Amino acid sequence: MVLTRLIPLWIAIVSGVAILVSAFIRPMESWGENFTDTFNVIAAIASVLGAGSLLKANLAKVSRRDAGWGFALVVLGTFLITLVVGLGKIGVHPSHDFPQADFGGKQESADTPFGWIYEFAMVPLTSTMFALLAFYVASAAFRAFRAKNLEASLLLGTAFVILLGRTFAGVVLTGWLPDWASGLRLENLSVYVMQVFNTAGNRAIIIGIALGVAATSLRILLGVDRSWLGGGER
Amino acid sequence: MDRAHHRLRSPWPWAAILVGCVIGWGQGQRAHADAGVVAGTAAAESILNEHRLPLAAWIVGIGAATTIFVWRARRGRPPTIRRIAALEAVDEAIGRATEMGRPVLFIPGIQDMDNIQTVAGVTMLGRVAKTAAEYDAAVEAPVCRSLVMEAAREAVQASCLAAGRADAYQPDRIHYVTDEQFGYVAYVGGKMMREKPAACFYMGCFFAESLIFSENGNSIGAIQIAGTAESSQLPFFVAACDYTLIGEEFFAASAYLSGEPDQLGTLQAQDSGKVAVMSFIVIGAVVATAGVLMPSAAWLGELGALLRKAMGG
Amino acid sequence: MSLLARLQSLDRRWIFLLMAIAVAGPILWSGLTGKTPPEQPTDAARRVLKVIDDLPEGSRVLFAFDYDPASAGELQPMATSLMRQCAARKLRIVCIALWPLGGNMAQETIAHVIRADFPSLREGVDFVNLGFQAGNEGVMKVVLTDFTKAFPKDTRGQAAADLPILQGVRTVRDFPLLVNVSAGYPGSKEWVQYVVSASEGSVKMIAGCTGVQTPQMYPYYPGQLAGLLGAIKGAAEYENLLNGVMGGDPAPKYLEAQRRMAPQLFGHLLLVGLIVVGNLIQFMGRRGTRA
Repeated sequence: MVLTRLIPLWIAIVSGVAILVSAFIRPMESWGENFTDTFNVIAAIASVLGAGSLLKANLAKVSRRDAGWGFALVVLGTFLITLVVGLGKIGVHPSHDFPQADFGGKQESADTPFGWIYEFAMVPLTSTMFALLAFYVASAAFRAFRAKNLEASLLLGTAFVILLGRTFAGVVLTGWLPDWASGLRLENLSVYVMQVFNTAGNRAIIIGIALGVAATSLRILLGVDRSWLGGGER
Repeated sequence: MDRAHHRLRSPWPWAAILVGCVIGWGQGQRAHADAGVVAGTAAAESILNEHRLPLAAWIVGIGAATTIFVWRARRGRPPTIRRIAALEAVDEAIGRATEMGRPVLFIPGIQDMDNIQTVAGVTMLGRVAKTAAEYDAAVEAPVCRSLVMEAAREAVQASCLAAGRADAYQPDRIHYVTDEQFGYVAYVGGKMMREKPAACFYMGCFFAESLIFSENGNSIGAIQIAGTAESSQLPFFVAACDYTLIGEEFFAASAYLSGEPDQLGTLQAQDSGKVAVMSFIVIGAVVATAGVLMPSAAWLGELGALLRKAMGG
Repeated sequence: MSLLARLQSLDRRWIFLLMAIAVAGPILWSGLTGKTPPEQPTDAARRVLKVIDDLPEGSRVLFAFDYDPASAGELQPMATSLMRQCAARKLRIVCIALWPLGGNMAQETIAHVIRADFPSLREGVDFVNLGFQAGNEGVMKVVLTDFTKAFPKDTRGQAAADLPILQGVRTVRDFPLLVNVSAGYPGSKEWVQYVVSASEGSVKMIAGCTGVQTPQMYPYYPGQLAGLLGAIKGAAEYENLLNGVMGGDPAPKYLEAQRRMAPQLFGHLLLVGLIVVGNLIQFMGRRGTRA
């Protein structure tokens, strides 16, 4: 109980209050930075736990021949290759400052095996995943954007203004409007919607979120809410 | 529960706060002195950061409101909380997964434990895991940060114990995938398509992956409940999920589900802060408008500047 | 099966195919003909150009690359153009990154713009890449008090304090302009909240962000943000303005954002079409139920 509840709670309270106070008292500014650095160090050490978990989960999947075990094999293979190439600094060029040391160079340089993994595997794979959004946006728009009531209809109209106003289609469709009515041109209307209606709504949400963050932080700092520690007895 | 009610009266949290302040002050004084030696400016600078004093006043105000409302709640006057459909649907979603014999998928966002949304997400995971343990449903939680994995395991283990189902806790169901955003997205997407969870919870900090997750969940017919304070991702969750906790609702979820007077009191404090902000906005708008209409009234300009300062502007 | 029933149960893979055609067609057209849709710059893009243009020659610019290859398709064109204008104005560019792969993006941008088109600029004197630093907002707080503590070395391993470009830099307040290209967290919002607000007006900031982030950033414009480039549309407007100012026939790399507006146009038109069809299906379905 002491190790799993009391000590973590105390660490949260002490560090939380110190970081909070450090924002207002100049001599304490560096103390807040120290806590942030400490967190980064702990997170870096914890990555070993993550690697262990990844190996265990995927090895178990392969040995049980679970659905998609072939993918688990690919994960294990690529994980090990990247780990060996990166940690072993395979194929790195000696550093300019230390030409006699074979391992002195940086593995992330473009012309090293690690750089190739980044350039020819990581970049296209992540770009592909990001590009999937275009397809999902289309299917979500087709399925969910329905004029079910007045509010939904207004939303639909606004969506059309933004979608058309953010491309040359807006200019083609409403470019003929005279100067005195230029505010109604789709490209201008879309900017107006973004700057006025969107900004007003976003500010309201941001204020609500900020207060929610403050209340949640206070609950944690005062030990009122301990469910992040697994709750249980206090 | 009795002990819980006396928590704020216990000297320990306050002692811990005092220790934090003292340690911080001592360390900071040293660092400040060092900086002064180098820069030669320490003596000229005020110890307090005056620019942030309005913000400090707001924090003290919200802290005071929290204390008052928690005290009121303990004296038998807990606030009435409006019904939040997304939270009412949690039991229904888990029940459905149990009936179908399929797992529940929980994604606590893609950020680390230093993000308050992840903390709120792990809190929700604890609640979901408790209900799932009672119903005998499996909860799968692939995560993309090692520390989140550890925190999530702690939360789920404690929840299983609280539900009297210690055997329901299986740490391997909460496992690390990768820190890389789209690598994680690819893994979770594949898992959803293969294992077809009956209920999907997305609670935490999300970015571009929000739509990919929720569209995949939709295509497999899962009940989906999302919660995030990332306002840019809310439209995607609202479009593709069955229920969405919007911003502050997400932070209120833990208090709502716990039903404890202490926690409910903090929600009332949150609302009082909102009323104060709204009042300032209305007064500010009136003063600014009057200032435009009556340009000769210099005092209106001064009042407007004072209000801006009070809001930290 | 009637047409309505077919449309109601339409496999989403047909929609994916339509989107692929709507995007791929204009990419091919633009690639083959070299043509791009015309652009009408908005005030936000004009301000970005003006803010950089108003800086005196030799001013230091802090350029934060907070994105990775996944969002490079949307953000790289604006990063390229922003660096081009800074280099052409002979500003001293200090690149940093709070995203692990942001340092690589900075390196690529330097290679494509400075090394290729401004070879007279010297690394460490006129520009430098200080690379990635872990710690998110923590790093932002540190640069407010001690810049070289947060970024002690450049990507070549040289001590930041010894670099001519950083002589006289104590904190982020010593940079009159902060340029941030961001794809999420940590990014433009955090720079505004932790640095611009705390600097009490001494640091001006211009931001370029993804389309999803843009609505979130508008509340800060034109107050805390001096200029804002929203998504590829903002990048195209700015690119168009800059090409006009620079004159001559721009290289293809300086037309990337405008080239991407053609697929965006057809993608948006498809979305409008899909929404209309979806609503027609619903309307006809309701009528059918009533009948």
